Amino acid sequence: MRSSLLFWRTGLYNSSMTSRRVYLDHSATTPIAPDVLAAMQPALTSEYGNASALHSFGRDAAAALDEAHALVGCALSARAGEIVFTAGGTESDNLAIRGGALAARKRRGLEHGHIISALSEHHAVEATVLQMREMYGFEVTMLPVDSHGVVDPDTLRAAIRPDTVLASLMLANNEVGSLLPIAALGAICRERNVLFHTDAVQAPAYQALDVNALNVDFLALSAHKFYGPKGIGVLYIREGTPYTLVSTGGGHERGRRPGTVNVAGAVGTAAALKYVARERAAQATRLMALRDTLIDGVLAAVPESRVSGHPTLRLPGHASFVFNGVDGESLLMALDVEGIAVSTGSACTSGDPEPSPVLVAMGIAREWALGGLRITLGYQTTADDIAYVLETLPRCVARVREAAAAFS
Amino acid sequence: MTQQKTRVVVAMSGGVDSSVAAALLVEQGYDVVGIMLRLWAEEGDDGLGQPNSNRCCAPEAVADARAIAKMLGIPFYDIHAEQVFKQRVVDTWVNAYADATTPNPCFNCNRSIRFGFLMQRALALGASYMATGHYARVIAPVAGAASPVFKLRKGADAHKDQSYVLHVLGQKDLARAMFPCGGYVKADVRELARRFNLPTAERAESQDLCFLTQGDYRGFLARQMPEVAKPGPIVTAAGVEIGQHDGLPFYTVGQRRGLKLHAQSTDAEPLYVLKLDAARNALVVGTLAALGASAAFVGAMHYCDDLAPSAPLRCTAKIRYKAKEAAGVLTPLPNGSAEFVFDEPQRDITPGQGLVCYLGDVVVGGGVISRKVKG
Repeated sequence: MRSSLLFWRTGLYNSSMTSRRVYLDHSATTPIAPDVLAAMQPALTSEYGNASALHSFGRDAAAALDEAHALVGCALSARAGEIVFTAGGTESDNLAIRGGALAARKRRGLEHGHIISALSEHHAVEATVLQMREMYGFEVTMLPVDSHGVVDPDTLRAAIRPDTVLASLMLANNEVGSLLPIAALGAICRERNVLFHTDAVQAPAYQALDVNALNVDFLALSAHKFYGPKGIGVLYIREGTPYTLVSTGGGHERGRRPGTVNVAGAVGTAAALKYVARERAAQATRLMALRDTLIDGVLAAVPESRVSGHPTLRLPGHASFVFNGVDGESLLMALDVEGIAVSTGSACTSGDPEPSPVLVAMGIAREWALGGLRITLGYQTTADDIAYVLETLPRCVARVREAAAAFS
Repeated sequence: MTQQKTRVVVAMSGGVDSSVAAALLVEQGYDVVGIMLRLWAEEGDDGLGQPNSNRCCAPEAVADARAIAKMLGIPFYDIHAEQVFKQRVVDTWVNAYADATTPNPCFNCNRSIRFGFLMQRALALGASYMATGHYARVIAPVAGAASPVFKLRKGADAHKDQSYVLHVLGQKDLARAMFPCGGYVKADVRELARRFNLPTAERAESQDLCFLTQGDYRGFLARQMPEVAKPGPIVTAAGVEIGQHDGLPFYTVGQRRGLKLHAQSTDAEPLYVLKLDAARNALVVGTLAALGASAAFVGAMHYCDDLAPSAPLRCTAKIRYKAKEAAGVLTPLPNGSAEFVFDEPQRDITPGQGLVCYLGDVVVGGGVISRKVKG
């Protein structure tokens, strides 16, 4: 930042943003809960030792880290030793897919190997799987999804081949909120000796996760999606699962993820899991009611609007819509100027009028899919916030449609 | 309920003009929103395996614009427009070279990108106006006028005036356009930037086409259209071959330098490009006397009033961005075309460039020159 900016005091500052601000993008990230911040405080200040060091400073950090492993393991019905701290959900997905598929291929003596994923997956999974094809010679099947963005277990069963080494399917879709039948999908994989990874990043704020009930070998989490800090994630690796290092270095995290561990982040992750475990049952009930008020209100007030994703089997705080003849990004900006922070559900990367691939995979027509909008509620969301959205959104949609008609 | 302030979207580039435009509007009490468009640049490799950025929206420029928006306390959006820019501006520009013309991409950019794609987003945001850093002015109709008409007027700075590239605007555009720098000369704008403490006050002017990362339009065209940029003969008006050209897109009417003529031809009178002949892939050259033409024909003439004059109009016209205005008579023709007859023959009337007509410093309209007319 240039120094002149520091002297910007000429009274020109205008707050053109409306003063009311409503955050409804909790699927993108959540605020840190006060409990979590308090739990992290020692590791960020006085307890700064490197957890790998032998001295007393290191021991303090190692003890905090051990406890974090134990707490996270407990929260997932896993053992402490099966928990690996990473830099976030994306890294966890990378480690699971690369580390699992490469190790399984080698163990089974396969020349290529086959990986299964789905068209509705997050970029962290999709891009990784595609690179495994381009750079590592794997064959890849991207499963189709139904009109709600859900993978049918029979589709998975039919796609498994003798050389299939790994399948990666998300637990809850970030863009449309639908829940996948992970336990059933995992059971199929186990029966066919296929490693199964699930990206469960969207889930912990709303449901307890049990790696045994889910039949998973790998499971990825990201603390900032459930009121923890950014820059820290979890990868659960079932004991005995083939796994090889993706990046190399020291023997941290029982030799599965080299690099000095982010102890404060690990402690914060454990604290966040504890926090959501305490809050989520009541919050899920409360937010589901608010979400349904929102959905019903939008469908009633906005012509040519539809819900995307499953109507009931979806994340409690997740409402997603498609609007015919609306540019989703323009709508997002129009709402932001009114102080409402939401998302289109997928990042637009080129201004290309290309609809979201996930919505397209769900069979939603292009003119509708271009107008995707995701409104994700969180623990602080109030009925007032939803009323404000219901008052503002129909006006914004109408304006975006008028603008498109006036200047095309 | 407090009085709502009028919302204005400013097209920001991180450069000095659009930054000052934004600051002026904030100072004037508007509810200002900044938008930066990411535009297309030729695929290339920046050394890190990433494509090049369009020069006017490189990561540093985005950071500058964002920092300025933050200083001004205005919302800022950086939105992707690569595909729409590529289709409507770059491809059209390249195709015009294939038609052996010398096009100006800024016309389509102003029409389709700024006053199309961006204006649409501005209105969607609830803006009443869209502002840019252009050096031009809009004259609003007098209150109570029987037929209210917005006029596009030259910028106060004769050297920086950009009304030429804005001639494509019509009434619905002008009614919503603001050019806050238009009343200033460039030196004043730089001074304002300093007064506002804007970090871009000292930034150098950019001149070349924004999507050419290396500023090398010849290389760009050769890569974009290898089938058109083929060597061919240089011929006289009589058809005598006197040299070889590197590809028609690399030449423009009136050009003298860079003509590879056979040795025996070089001692004669200087020769200029008269015409690009696509059918024969030939570059037609001739003497200065042969270069002049008395009239230009415009296939699709646009009038800023959205209405053609009912009778031939004595006015002035510019045939290139930096050309001097010349006097003559504009005659609107049926089917939307027009002819401009100059009082004095003009050299360098170039198909593909714009002919823009003025009454004093007010833009009447303009269009792309289809051909010159010898008189």
